[in-house]
This record gives sequence, structure tokens and C-alpha cells, in this order.
Amino acid sequence: MPLTKAQLVESIHNQIGLTKNKSAEIVETCLEIIKSTLESGEDVLISGFGKFCVREKKERRGRNPATGSAMILAPRKVVTFKCSGKLKDMINGK
Amino acid sequence: MNKLELVEALREEAGITKNESEVVVNMVFDEMSNAMANDDRVEIRGFCSFYIKQYKAYTGRNPKTGEKVEIKPKKLPFFKFGKELKERVDK
Repeated sequence: MPLTKAQLVESIHNQIGLTKNKSAEIVETCLEIIKSTLESGEDVLISGFGKFCVREKKERRGRNPATGSAMILAPRKVVTFKCSGKLKDMINGK
Repeated sequence: MNKLELVEALREEAGITKNESEVVVNMVFDEMSNAMANDDRVEIRGFCSFYIKQYKAYTGRNPKTGEKVEIKPKKLPFFKFGKELKERVDK
């Protein structure tokens, strides 16, 4: 079962005893703060978890995989994630 | 922005105490870490998803000395950003 927002809401509801509605609102607010920070181009660093970075991609030549025709991909911004050492160790069961 | 600043921003916007805000932020990331440690996927609509990719063992080289090194099999999280975040960042 993948971890979803509903589960985060449930955990917060259980842990701090806020209503489910309020817990859901707080989770949304928390995610919204992260999203708008990234939107403004600023990185978000969560110690022990990882870093969300905004990176600028240059224009490049690509291909439409379906038709095989060459096309120019416009410059764009993407979000990348750099996993922290602690999280990596956790995933590898160390 | 770091975790402390996120806690502070959440406290202000959600109108909760600093302590509550800290618990919430820690819980969000702890839950995600735990899910990944259990090889589970993480799917947060509009934000991002993670899944664990398994890498096989291979013989690598130390780029400095050129020495051969055995790389053990490992697992790493694979990050994909959600549609909403994608559209908002690239404007």
C-alpha cells in the first residue's frame, strides 16, 4: 500500500488529537508552503530526509518517441530530489 | 528554506503552536521515510511520489585513483514530481 495524504492526516489526527478536518488542512498548508517555496525558485532542505532543488534545464534537441521526428524541447524548470545519507541508510536497512 | 523555517511558516499559517507544527513536519517526513524503508511507494497528490529502485552490484572505479572497487547492491529512492508542482515551478 503506498503512503498517501490520507494516511498522513490520520497520523496527525492520532498524534496531536486535532480533528480530521483540521489535520487535513494542516497537511495541505504544509505541502502548500513547500510548493510555493519551490515555485519561487528556492530550494527546500529537510535535514535527515533530503533536499528538493529547482533546476533550470536548457533548451535541447529531442525526438518524439512515437513518430521519431526531431523537435526542439523548450528550456524549462524541474524539481529534483537529493536523498540524504540518513534516509539512504534507512532504506538499505543500516 | 530549511526544516526550521518550514516549521515556523506552518505555525504562522496554520495558527498552531510551535510544538504542534514541529510534530507535524517531523511526522510528514518520518512517515515518508518509514514507507520507503519498508519498500512502499509514497504518493502525495499534487506534490510528488517516491518509489524504491533496486540497483545490482557492479564493479566501479575510483575516479581519482582508477582503482577497481566492488559496488554492493543498493536501494535508492526515485523521485517524481507531481503535475501541479511541475506546472507551478515551470511558469
